[in-house]
Amino acid sequence: MDELLREYLPILIFLGLAIGLGLVFLIAAAVLAVSRPDPEKNSAYECGFNAFDDARMKFDVRFYLVSILFIIFDLEVAFLFPWAVSFAEIGDFGYWSMMVFLGVLTIGFIYEWRKGALEWE
Amino acid sequence: MNNFSNDLLAAAPEVALAIGAMVLLMVGVFVGGSEERKGRVVLPMALALLLAVGFVVPRFDGAQSAFNGLFITDDFSRFAKVLILFSAAIMLFLGTDYLRRNNLLKFEYSVLIIFATLGMCMMVSANDLIALYMGLELQALSLYVIAAFRRDSTRSTEAGLKYFVLGALSSGLLLYGASLIYGYAGTTQFDRIAVAVSDTDAPLGLLFGLAFFIAGLAFKISAAPFHMWTPDVYEGAPTPVTAFFATAPKIAAGALFARAMIEPFNGIQADWQQILAFLAICSMFLGAFAGIGQTNIKRLMAYSSIGHMGFALVGLTAGGEQGVQAMLVYLSIYLVMNIGVFAFLLTVTRNGVQATQIVDFAGLAKTNPASAAAVAVLMFSLAGIPPLAGFFGKFFVFGAAVDAGLGWLAVAGVIASVISAYYYLRIVKLMYFDEPGEPLEIVGGIEHRIAWGVAALLMLFAVAPFEPFNGLGAPEAAAKAAEALLN
Amino acid sequence: MTAAEVLPVLAFYLFSGVAVTSGLMVVVARNPVRSVLWLILAFFSAAGLFVLLGAEFLAMLLLIVYVGAVMVLFLFVVMMLDVDFAELRQGMSEYLPLGATIGLVLLVQILFGVGAWFASESAPTLRVQPAPSDVQNTAALGNVLYDDYAYLFQASGLILLVAMIGAIVLTLREREGVKKQSIVGQMHRTREESIAVVDVKPGQGIN
Repeated sequence: MDELLREYLPILIFLGLAIGLGLVFLIAAAVLAVSRPDPEKNSAYECGFNAFDDARMKFDVRFYLVSILFIIFDLEVAFLFPWAVSFAEIGDFGYWSMMVFLGVLTIGFIYEWRKGALEWE
Repeated sequence: MNNFSNDLLAAAPEVALAIGAMVLLMVGVFVGGSEERKGRVVLPMALALLLAVGFVVPRFDGAQSAFNGLFITDDFSRFAKVLILFSAAIMLFLGTDYLRRNNLLKFEYSVLIIFATLGMCMMVSANDLIALYMGLELQALSLYVIAAFRRDSTRSTEAGLKYFVLGALSSGLLLYGASLIYGYAGTTQFDRIAVAVSDTDAPLGLLFGLAFFIAGLAFKISAAPFHMWTPDVYEGAPTPVTAFFATAPKIAAGALFARAMIEPFNGIQADWQQILAFLAICSMFLGAFAGIGQTNIKRLMAYSSIGHMGFALVGLTAGGEQGVQAMLVYLSIYLVMNIGVFAFLLTVTRNGVQATQIVDFAGLAKTNPASAAAVAVLMFSLAGIPPLAGFFGKFFVFGAAVDAGLGWLAVAGVIASVISAYYYLRIVKLMYFDEPGEPLEIVGGIEHRIAWGVAALLMLFAVAPFEPFNGLGAPEAAAKAAEALLN
Repeated sequence: MTAAEVLPVLAFYLFSGVAVTSGLMVVVARNPVRSVLWLILAFFSAAGLFVLLGAEFLAMLLLIVYVGAVMVLFLFVVMMLDVDFAELRQGMSEYLPLGATIGLVLLVQILFGVGAWFASESAPTLRVQPAPSDVQNTAALGNVLYDDYAYLFQASGLILLVAMIGAIVLTLREREGVKKQSIVGQMHRTREESIAVVDVKPGQGIN
């Protein structure tokens, strides 16, 4: 096993543990717990009324806008990781390269701000 | 550092467009007033920027590669850039009136057009598979947004969504092909791929990659059988956007296609020639047959563009300097014809509604003889009727095909162009021989009349007595561009 | 075989098995929200496969961007569209042959690609740039991305900017009659303009 994978060994062990533990709980609950369902128990409780409609409702499109703006900045952050790792190697040029990149996205940020896309009305 | 400033100089048009677009974005959000006022402030600046860059581009000279060989500027890229920049500016200008009438004049429109133009310039200057993709994506992303620009119209939204989904699919094909090419060639740079494929027989995997790559590019240029998005997008998008789609992006995609075939893969021309010939034949015939049954003029223009891309691909299929030159000449003529036709389409309304049905033009010659004559000339030229420039475009590409030993392709092209003449001539017949319904109104300003008038005159220029076809020096410039590409 | 040799193989089969299963579940799950959750699991296993290949950074990206952000967006979209789930499933059998064909075509293509790789003797000689083995994955990217490939890096910044503009142009709507908080306005209120001392007569009130 090479060096890289050895570093990931704890994560693999952790993953195995998590999966194992999760399975144990699920199976234990299925085997040990008392389960006597009936329609009344399974129906939604709504203050003595019959359920009006589905609990699912349409989300506002604004949630979408917020999350897509988040993704864009998330991607921007993703570019920062390799930059930070090889910061010593890439010198001034690499530094200013990143500054220009961040500058472009700052322009986008100002645009968002002035358009009111970050406001929640 | 000195090296880097040289790079920046080589990419000066792109840098100017990028900075300009961001400045305009800031101007747009900081200028006060209504959306329309912001739009009216930013639009002239955007025009000035596009025109200024358009005038500066031809002043550069020679070939230079920049940014570690990712970017190249040569006569070929400059030829394409001049066409792209000017047609983008013209279409932005001509669309203004329509946008204002339909309450669409937002400043983002101009900014997105500049970004799309920047993407196109990056496409035609790409010397590397990744650079190609970045340019393509910048252009495509801007175009998806402006296709759906009329948010409260379901058709426009549908057009944007369809374009986006199919565009993403084609990008996927292109990337898959590019990754296979990279896997076999070990490099993404065009000139080094050329070295890698020249000294051995191309391995099967690389040919697979090439096929996918071509399929992705065919999507972008809307060549059959990868044309499905074109009619719906043309019909659904607001007319100025359609007009833009029909002009600059086609030139960019065509030029990109030429560079991506010739530069890295010229050594294995025999391998891609068959695929391109297939695409060309499919497009020419699909454009010819599917256009016949159309009733909507925007859909008709979509099929017309598919057909024309087929003819342009005939030139590329022939390959060599002559083929590339023919393709570039063809694309330039196509550009002028489309500017003329869309300048006209942008202005015709009936009872305040944009006239998009072909039957709307019935009897136009009686109410508007001058514009009917101009449109007739443009239609004749689109059909490729002899004395007009459209004929010379076809003449060039078929000539190149015959010289390259692809006589059958030229014959197929002639047949397809005869078939497609039917629907162009039908419009002329409608205008001249049918009874007018309710009169059409021409609402555009003088600039539209000038645009379609000049386009029609340019088409007639071909018969100027002093020279057989000088086409304002376009063939000469195209020859220079083709030479730059092949050497 | 030692444990050091078995473990990566074991992990590979674990991750690829989970990836394939959850990929299938994305398509067949009855509830779209569950499909999204399965998709998250698929991405997670793909990240594991990337680590096994030595592409740490890609694995990180997959977790940060796809699992962390894109999937949240997917959940919003699934919740935003008021889909009738039963109706959505009806076309399943109709589209199955087409989908299966496309899947088959893709499979054959991959087989061809891989097969040609092994079959072609010239392929290794064509690879002119071998991957450096002594530099770490993320550092190797960082070393070239910001100077050698600065052009592409800046281009990607512009693409992100266009994406931002596009999202706002297409979805942001100004609402009429919404009360907003104006912080600057609040801070500039003075005592004089907001408070008045009124002498109220008994039994009359303020009119």
